[in-house]
Formats: sequence, C-alpha cells, structure tokens
Amino acid sequence: MDRLKKPMLFKKGAEASLYVAEWQSRKVVIKKRLPKKYRPSEMDKRIRTYRTIHEPRLMHEAKKTGVSTPLIYLVDAKNATIIMEFIEGKQLKTSLDGVSRNERERLCRKVGESIGKLHRSGIIHGDLTTSNMILTPTKQIFFVDFGLGEKTSELEAKAVDLHLMKRALQSTHFRFADECFGSVMEGYLSVSGVGLAKAVLGKVEEVERRGRYVTERVA
Amino acid sequence: MLKEIMLQRSKFKENSDEQYCLGIESSADDFGVGISTFKGGTLANVTDAYIPAEGGIHPREAARHHADVASKVLGEAFKKSKIGPRELSIISFSQGPGLGPCLRTGATVARALSSYLSVPLVGVNHCIAHIEIGKLKTGAKDPIALYVSGGNTLVAAFDSGRYRVFGETLDIALGNCLDVFAREAGLRQRQGLPFGAVVERLAAKGEKLVALPYTVKGMDLSLSGLLTAAIAMLKKGETGLEDLCFSLQETAFAMVTEVTERALAHTEKKEVLLTGGVAANKRLQSMIEAIAEEHGARFCAVPSEFAVDNGAMIAWTGVLAYKHGLAVPVEESSVRLRWRLDEVEVPWIG
Repeated sequence: MDRLKKPMLFKKGAEASLYVAEWQSRKVVIKKRLPKKYRPSEMDKRIRTYRTIHEPRLMHEAKKTGVSTPLIYLVDAKNATIIMEFIEGKQLKTSLDGVSRNERERLCRKVGESIGKLHRSGIIHGDLTTSNMILTPTKQIFFVDFGLGEKTSELEAKAVDLHLMKRALQSTHFRFADECFGSVMEGYLSVSGVGLAKAVLGKVEEVERRGRYVTERVA
Repeated sequence: MLKEIMLQRSKFKENSDEQYCLGIESSADDFGVGISTFKGGTLANVTDAYIPAEGGIHPREAARHHADVASKVLGEAFKKSKIGPRELSIISFSQGPGLGPCLRTGATVARALSSYLSVPLVGVNHCIAHIEIGKLKTGAKDPIALYVSGGNTLVAAFDSGRYRVFGETLDIALGNCLDVFAREAGLRQRQGLPFGAVVERLAAKGEKLVALPYTVKGMDLSLSGLLTAAIAMLKKGETGLEDLCFSLQETAFAMVTEVTERALAHTEKKEVLLTGGVAANKRLQSMIEAIAEEHGARFCAVPSEFAVDNGAMIAWTGVLAYKHGLAVPVEESSVRLRWRLDEVEVPWIG
C-alpha cells in the first residue's frame, strides 16, 4: 500500500469508494469498502470482509470463461480493499441510450453472451446493471462489481440474475427496455443453448410471479 | 362524454372559493377518509383499523369491517373538516393495488358519494399516494422514495412521466415480515399500536445480534429466508425474544437501507423520502438518515399519521390527478388489485 502514488477519489458508490492511483507504474483502481455507520459493526465487518474476498475470486473465474474483467493486483481483506487494473472507458449506462439502434442491439447481444458465459460456468454476477459494465474505446465490454455475486449451479440464481438485468433496463433504459432485453437474451441463448435458455426464462417468470403485483407487468 | 361534462362542471366551480376533495382509503386493514383542499391543506384524516382476533388480515372480514365503520368514519371526517358534503368538488378512492374485497368496499362508497353529489370520481394508485403525500408533507420535490409497509417494499423515483421502480422485494414485504414474526411469537397488536411498533419496543431492549440471512440482490432484496430463519430460531428457544426482535430488525433494515443507498448512488437524487407504515420505526429512520447524510441528500420522513395508510393521501393525490383530467366515469372505475406504480402515467410532475 505504501507505494501508491496520489490516490484520487473518482467515484463514491453506494458500497465502496473508488480511487484512481499509480501503483508499480500502473494506473490502478483502489476499491475500498468503507464501514457503514447504519448497521451494527459486527454485521458490517462480516459483510465487507466477505464481499472483499469473494469479488476478486469471481472476477478471476469470470476471465476463465472468456468474460473481460479487470486484473486483480492486490486483496487486503483486513482493510476491505482491492487494488485492480484501471479500465479506460465509459459505463455502458451512459452510452446505451445515445447510440444507433443497430449498435444498441449489438452491445446488448454482447452483454447477453457474457452473461451466458458466466452462467454456463455457474458464476452469478449478482448486480447486473449497465452501471457495472464498462465499454472501452475498442468496443470491448468489461464486467465489474462482482461483490454480490456467487458461484452456484442453481437455476433459480441464474433466473434472478437475468431478472435483475431486465429490471435495470426497465428502470434506467425504459425507452428501449424490451428490445434491449430481447437482444440480451439472443446473445445469452447463442452461448447457453436453447435448453438452458428456455429453462432459465421459465424460471424468470416464476421469480417474477413471486414478486408483488406482477401479473399486469408480465402480461 | 361524461368525462367532458364533469370537467366542464369543475371549471365552473373553480372560479368560486376553495375547493375540496374527499379521499377514501381501503386497500388493506385500514379504512380511512381524508379531506384535502386543492392547495394541499389537510382538513381531516380519520382512520379505523381492522384488528383480527387472531391470524393475519382476512380480506372478507376486513371488508366487512370497512362497510361497518364507513359511515362513522365519514361522519367524523366531515365533523373535523367543518365542511359539508355539498362543498366537495371531487371524490377520490384507492383503486389499487390491494385486497379485492377491501378495495371494492371503499370504491363502492366513493361511487355512491360521487353519484349522489354529482361530482367527478378519481381513482388513485395507492403506492403513488404514499409518495405524493410524503412530498407534500415534507416539502420534498424530486426524491428517491423508500416505501415500506405491510404489502409493499420498494425504492422508486420519478423519471420521464412515471415513477420508476429501482429496487423492490422479490417476495414478501418488510411490514409483512415483521407482522408474521410478531404473530409467531404470540405478540398482540391493538388500535394505535400495530405489530411493527410492538416489535420495535422489544428490539430496543435487545443487545445481542444473532446472525440471520442477509439477502441483497442488486437493488432488490429477499426477506422470506430471513423470516423463516428468525421463526426457526424463535421455535428453538435459545435466543431471547428481545434479542431476536433486535436481530431481525437490524438485519431487515440494513438490507432495505443498502438497496436504498444503491438506488440513491445510481440516481444521484438529492432527497430521500421514507414513507409507508414501517416509516414510523425510529431505528429505520436513523439508518436511512445516515445514508442520506453520507450522500449529501436531505432526509425526509413523513409524519406517522401520513406514513401509514390514510385517506388524506388519497384525497391529495386525487386533487393532483383531477387537475390533469384523470377523472374516471363510474363504469370505468373497477378496482385494480395488481396495479403497479410504474404503470401509472404521472402528468402532474413536469
């Protein structure tokens, strides 16, 4: 930690603060999960430590499936801090509404392919929003923020993951939510195969029916 | 056609003095009548709660209660407001979401009043009413709203013509979670002291935090596993009830606070509004206040009287909707049991 040069806060998220710094002559992101005053300290410590340990593990596994994630340089569980590669680019959230229809379709299909690759290997992202995807100048999509993720082969977890993606599109990209989710599922299907895609979509409906006041939304 | 006649009639009336809306709330266990001025003053807000002898809310029994107390509650509201039925310009009612028999009872009263007085009828979305009354009473303009009650747990904010739901429960509501736990523990509620308040009092005496499932999925959350685990621990009898109430509250509230903070960071709104029945809980208030402070947003807590289900919120939202031509003819005023708030066009916000 002592060789960090000029750390600068560039994003204060809900869960963690992100700093950009120079470390071993690389541009890095320092992700620090700061204590939350609102919850009891023992609960707070447990949650922060757990997520700090699990996030890099899942990011590393994601790479093996062919999904781009930042390189992990250092994990400091005690201080709930991760040092990782800085990815040059923009949040997909800010780009998606402004591009052409074709480009939007292409990006969403790519997102779907990546989710399909993760799910095929039992990796659940846990917070699939367009804020957690970085679009690089070379049009690569990086997935970040695996803090709520888990490793499981359960269909239920995959369905909830996709349900969250759909919900994020509905709340943030409401003008194109349906077509975007359609493209995501196209990409997903191309990777997962028809069998799994069908099973997961069936489960998504089940998850949605369990929620509050949903029949009108599904219809 | 009827709609046009109704609107014309009101234009004529608008030139006279102050106008009033009477709102009826009956979506669940409370029957409420509120009277609001068109400028937002609350003249009356009377509620009578249905308290089951045992178990949860039985929709048919609750509806029977509403029918029994309707004229009494209406009478009290008129008495308090010091205005007569003939001075009303519109009648609004909670059209959904909620329990069918309960909603229908309130709707029937509203239709009868509207026909008898020949004034327009306005159907109001219950969830939107909770947010609108919160904004009115706290002065919030464009908040991220955490709405927590017996039937709802969601985080919403306005964007382009509608309230958008950013996060919500994947299964049961926060109030429901606390209520069921309280019933399992053999606790009793009474008029003015609902289960949530009983749990809050016990939790305040708890000290030991036992680990319970903490399930946040993106901006959504799941409470059913937490409830099951808490009840299992209760049945085991190794943890004191006060400590269990404390642990249940801390865990459930930390979860809703985390998703609210996520939505706040995502939307970058400058106000956080806490509304719904569970908003009366002081511990939850302090947690939401903490995240508002951390993100430089103003914390807006709706006064308890207007946080729980009430008629005043239906009256006020009725005014907003009516001013934008959203009166409904009686034949189109069926209740909507599963009417999500993100389906409703909200023309009164610019």
